[in-house]
Amino acid sequence: MEPIRSIVSRTVVLPQRDVDTDQIIPARYLKVTSKTGLGEGLFADWRYGPDGQPRPDFPLNRPEARGAQVLVAGENFGCGSSREHAPWALHDFGFRAVVSSSIADIFRSNALKNGLVPVVVGGDVHRRLLASPGVEVAIDLETRTLSTAGLVAPFPLDPFARHCLMNGVDELGFLLSQSEAIAAYEEATCAR
Amino acid sequence: MKARTLFEKVWDAHVVRRETEEPALPATGGARMRGASEADAPAILYVDLHLVHEVTSPQAFDVLRERGLRVRRPDKAVATMDHSIPTTPGPGRFNIADPQAAAQVRKLEENCAEFGIELHGLRSEDQGIVHIIGPELGLTQPGRTIVCGDSHTSTHGAFGALAFGIGTSEVGHVLATQCVLQRQPRTLEVRVEGTLRPGVTAKDLILAVIARIGVGGGTGHVLEYTGSAVRALSMEQRMTVCNMSIEAGARAGMIAPDDTTFEYLAKTPRAPKGAEWDRAVASWRSLPSDAGAAYDRSVNLDGSALDPMITYGTNPGMALPVGARVPDPGAVSDAAARDSLEKALRYMDLRPGQPLIGQKVDVVFIGSCTNSRIEDLRAAAGVLRGRKVAKGVRTLVVAGSRRVKKAAEAEGLDRVFSEAGAEWREPGCSMCIAMNGDQLEPGQYAVSTSNRNFEGRQGKGGRTFLASPLTAAAAAVAGRIADPRELLR
Repeated sequence: MEPIRSIVSRTVVLPQRDVDTDQIIPARYLKVTSKTGLGEGLFADWRYGPDGQPRPDFPLNRPEARGAQVLVAGENFGCGSSREHAPWALHDFGFRAVVSSSIADIFRSNALKNGLVPVVVGGDVHRRLLASPGVEVAIDLETRTLSTAGLVAPFPLDPFARHCLMNGVDELGFLLSQSEAIAAYEEATCAR
Repeated sequence: MKARTLFEKVWDAHVVRRETEEPALPATGGARMRGASEADAPAILYVDLHLVHEVTSPQAFDVLRERGLRVRRPDKAVATMDHSIPTTPGPGRFNIADPQAAAQVRKLEENCAEFGIELHGLRSEDQGIVHIIGPELGLTQPGRTIVCGDSHTSTHGAFGALAFGIGTSEVGHVLATQCVLQRQPRTLEVRVEGTLRPGVTAKDLILAVIARIGVGGGTGHVLEYTGSAVRALSMEQRMTVCNMSIEAGARAGMIAPDDTTFEYLAKTPRAPKGAEWDRAVASWRSLPSDAGAAYDRSVNLDGSALDPMITYGTNPGMALPVGARVPDPGAVSDAAARDSLEKALRYMDLRPGQPLIGQKVDVVFIGSCTNSRIEDLRAAAGVLRGRKVAKGVRTLVVAGSRRVKKAAEAEGLDRVFSEAGAEWREPGCSMCIAMNGDQLEPGQYAVSTSNRNFEGRQGKGGRTFLASPLTAAAAAVAGRIADPRELLR
C-alpha cells in the first residue's frame, strides 16, 4: 500500500444515496482470483449502455472526470455486500478518497485497507460538495481536514487508521506483532 | 458488576486486547505516533469460527503465500462453495461451464488442501450455502464469535453468537492470526412484542424493521432483537431475521439463546455431547442481556399489527404491506429521498399509486441464505400443494444445502414443487446473487425470498420484489403479486 498524506484533486459527484456495492462492482466481476484490473467493472451497469459503450451522461464518463481522485457520493455509500472488490475497483480506477455524509461499516473498513480514504463530512459540507461537481478539494490526513474554496471541514479518522494510511502499512503486520497476546488468550480459554 | 447486554458479554469474552491500550505499531520508518491518547488502536477480537467460501478467499490465501505465513488455527475454519456453482439438477451441477467460476472453485480446493482447512465441496453431503451449513452442522453456537467474507454472516447471530461479515483483507487476518481488529460497535435494541398473525412470517417482520429504521439506520450498531414476537420464533425464523440485519446497515444482529436454541442445537452433529453439552448449556444460559442492561438506542414494533410485506424499490428498506400502493415521490419532502424513490420507480417501471397486488411477475425464486431452510420450503410447498405455477412464470426452488434438500425430498416436497411446475434445483446461492448463470433477463420481474433488491442484483436489468416464501409461492400461483393469506384459507 502506498503511503497517503494528502490528496489534492477535482471531485466527481455521484449524488445518489444508498449506493450499494452491487452497483460499485456487479457480482459477475467477482469471479476473479486476483484483485487487479477491477476498475473496468467499476459502476459497470451505470457506466455502460446495453451496447457496451460508455454512457456520456454518467459522471465518471465526462471528460472533466478524467484523473479525478475524489468521489463525492450521496448518503450511506457502500451499503450491502462485504465484497472488497468494491474498494479495489474504485482504487484501480484512480480514486483515493470517497466523501459522503455516511459510509457503510464494512465498505469503510475495506477502504481503509486499500489506500482509499473514507471521508465523512457533516450535512452542510456534504450538500455543498454535492452541488459543486468538479471543485478542487484538498484532503489532509495529518490534520484530518477536507478543504475547498473558503471551507475547511474536519473528518473523523482514528489515529490507528491514519497511521496505517500515512505510512502505507497494513493491519496484518500489527496483528502478527501481537501473536504473544493471542497465544496467551488461547491458553486462557483453551476450553473453547 | 455492571449490567451487560448479550452483545457486550460476547464481545468482552473475546477481547485479546482492548482498544484503549497503547499499541505497539509495526515499525515503519515513518512518523511515530504521538502520545498514548493519539495511538489508540482498535480492539483485537478473537474469532471462534471462520467460515470460508470461494469468492472472497482466493486473494487472502495469496497474501499468506506471499508472506510465507501459515493458517494459525485451521481447526477453527470451515469452507464450502456456494456462490459461483451451478444449481443444475442432476450431475450437471458438477460441470461448471464458466471457466472463471471453475478456476475459483478449483482454487478453493487447492487452498484448503494446502492449508489444511475442512472443505465441504461439491461432492460433500454437507455442502451448501455457508450460512445454512454452519447452523445445521452445529458449528454455530451461542456466545461464539463468527466471521466470514460475506455480509450475511449476521445470520448466525440468531444463536446468540456475535457474527459479522468481513472483507478479504480481514479474511487474511483471521487466517493468519485468528483475530480481527474492531472498534466496539454501539447497541440497538429492536423490540417486537405481540403475536404475528397467520400468513405473517419472520421475513415480513425483518422487512418491516428495515423499512422502519432504514437501510443505513443500523450503521455502527449491533442489533439485538427482543420481545415476545421474537421469542416465539423458531430457530430458522430467527435466522431469517438476523440474516437481514446487514440490510439495515447493522454490523450484526443477535437474539438471546433460550430453550428453542438449545433444542435445535441438541439435534446437530457438531454440538457438544454428554457432560460437555450440560456444561455448554449452563454457560449459554448466562448470555442473555442482564435486567437493566442499557442499549445505546431502542426501537419498538407491534408484531400483532404486521402484514405480509413486499419491497417495491431498489433497496430492502423500500418495503410495504403487500396490500399497499406504490408510494408517490411527489409526497416525499426530503429531496434526496425523493430522488432516490423516483430513480427506484424508474428502474422498476412502477407507477406511483399503483397497487402492488396484481403486478405481473415473470420469475419466482425461493432460496438464498435468507429463506432456503426446511421450514421455508414447507411453507412454500404448503401454498403450492395441489396447485399449479401460473403459465409463463419460471419458478426456481433452491434448497440451502444438501442436508436441506435431502430432508425436503424425504418429506416429498420435491414432488410438490415438480408437480406444481416449479424447478427443484441443487443447493447454492443461485439467483440471489446471479453469479452462476441463474439470473433474470433484462426487464423481468421476480418475487424472491432472497435479501437484496438492488438494481441488477438478480441479473442485469432484472427487477426484484423481496418477500416471504408464502408470498413468493402465492405469486408463482397467481403469476402476479398476491396476498398469500388468500391461499391459506
